[in-house]
Amino acid sequence: MQNPNFQDDSYQRSRQSLEKNPSEDIYEKIIAVILFACALVSVLTTFGIVVIIFQETFGFFQEVSFAQFFLDTKWTPLFAERHFGVWPLMAGTFLTTAIAMAVAIPLGLCSAIYLSEYAQPKVAAILRPAVELLAGIPTVVYGYFALLFVTPLLRNIVPLEIFNALSAGLMMGVMITPTVGSISLDAIRAVPQSLREGAYALGITKLESIFRVVLPAALSGIIASIILGISRAVGETMTVLIAAGQQPKLTINFAESVETMTAYMAQISGGDSPRGSLNFKTLYAVGALLFLITLALNIVSHWIANRFKEKYE
Amino acid sequence: MATSYQRDSSWDLSTEFSDNVEKRETLGKVFEIIFLLGLLIGIFILALLLFDIFRDGIARFLTPGFLTENPSRFPDQGGIRPAVVSSILLGIVVIVVTVPIGVGAALYLEEYAPKAWWTAIVEINISNLAGVPSIVYGLLGLGVFNYLLGFGPALISGALTLSLLSLPVIIVTAREAIRAVPDSLRNASYGLGVTKWRTISSHVLPYAIPGILTGVIISISRAIGDAASLIVVGAVGFLTFNPGLFQRFMALPIQIYSYITRPEPGFANAAAATIIALLTLILVLNGVAIYIRQRFSIN
Repeated sequence: MQNPNFQDDSYQRSRQSLEKNPSEDIYEKIIAVILFACALVSVLTTFGIVVIIFQETFGFFQEVSFAQFFLDTKWTPLFAERHFGVWPLMAGTFLTTAIAMAVAIPLGLCSAIYLSEYAQPKVAAILRPAVELLAGIPTVVYGYFALLFVTPLLRNIVPLEIFNALSAGLMMGVMITPTVGSISLDAIRAVPQSLREGAYALGITKLESIFRVVLPAALSGIIASIILGISRAVGETMTVLIAAGQQPKLTINFAESVETMTAYMAQISGGDSPRGSLNFKTLYAVGALLFLITLALNIVSHWIANRFKEKYE
Repeated sequence: MATSYQRDSSWDLSTEFSDNVEKRETLGKVFEIIFLLGLLIGIFILALLLFDIFRDGIARFLTPGFLTENPSRFPDQGGIRPAVVSSILLGIVVIVVTVPIGVGAALYLEEYAPKAWWTAIVEINISNLAGVPSIVYGLLGLGVFNYLLGFGPALISGALTLSLLSLPVIIVTAREAIRAVPDSLRNASYGLGVTKWRTISSHVLPYAIPGILTGVIISISRAIGDAASLIVVGAVGFLTFNPGLFQRFMALPIQIYSYITRPEPGFANAAAATIIALLTLILVLNGVAIYIRQRFSIN
């Protein structure tokens, strides 16, 4: 720095230009604040969901007691004799979800096992997106297919009502297969190759390595995918609204018409019930229950998935 | 170890072992076929579904004016223009709202956010929002946009609801794209004395754009196919004009639902024809996403 060559004016000027420009600094800070505000939108969304849903739900429970909601076995909020027992809606949701998972778990796991353990990489590169297309089809389309193709087909074999839990559940299962398959596939691929090779060295066959080594090692990821699949099925609306009907019944008979929580919500909304009316509030009470159930399932799934990640990385 | 040496008699397991190999390998083959079948059933049903919809709907889809006329009370007349216009408008608003906010949030979380307890909460919150059912977003939209902001059951309420619905997915995919940008690029830029935002806007963002766009288009095509939230917000099943931002609105999935619920037989064909229109729109969007990824991705 004591070199006399650098002590002229041009050096001073170039030095100044390298120093922080105050206006530039403010500009940078404003940008950071704007980006922070963008990230805040997601927090505000959650906040909005919680405040709005639970505010109306609180209003609901001022008129209808917890006991009426959770202990009654009839759901007839639109009839003259009003009952607010939520169990028929829960039963409908449970029934269609159970059928959907009976389809999605085997199909999803078969897809994941085949793609990870058997398929050539080039074949897997074609088949995986093909399966994932199932998740990209709008759910209203599955509703159409369930009502107008699957139900008439099944009615040749089993006696079913026109609206029934079975067709809706089956199509919902097909729709959820990629959810289960994709996350299971990632979990299965995360199992280190050395475990499989160790198994082969002990004289085990490929199939035995899958059932005794790979699947147990990937179990937490597979369970996480199944729980996420259940959450999707519980929250699915259009397929059950179109194909499962709108008759809240406390039943486990898949041949009958049922009503799910989501289908009830879709039925009651759409401007039919004015704000502040009790009908309007039932929409939010059922919505709050749905939100809490899916939130719990998502958190559990996330928690299990994170535990398995730590294991191998 | 000592115990295993004592059980000498167990060593003849080896004969049993070799005897079984063929059987076990055969069982392996059988299961390989079962796994493959499980994989193919899904694809087979997809093919069947598309075939069924084309068989039911293609004739109606090809009737003149199906895309350009107003709906009619008669199943074999009129068209779906208000629904098409609504869906395109919804898509445009969703893009305008979610792309800047989603990319901004992703940039903040990847480039700016300090490692603190509250950023962890924001991250957990976003992944949880991605799992909230569409119909619950409908409740949020109804409360905030219809009543609190007073838009009523208008297209803007539906569009903003769909925007909130798409936002978490866009943030997640944009973050992945931004994270994939090599640090050497940022360091080179900082090394030349470039400020943070200029580094991001001139180096990080251009590099991440193909990934971001792919995520954006995929989530837009999901939003366009979504009906549950729009039903709650108040989309209507019958409209005879092209909606503006602050008017009652439709959407292609709502049009499909409305056709399915009508009892006269011809409406099923109209629903199938509308499904063809919706799937075509989604297919085109996905095609664009794939094209962008192929064309602009830097290896």
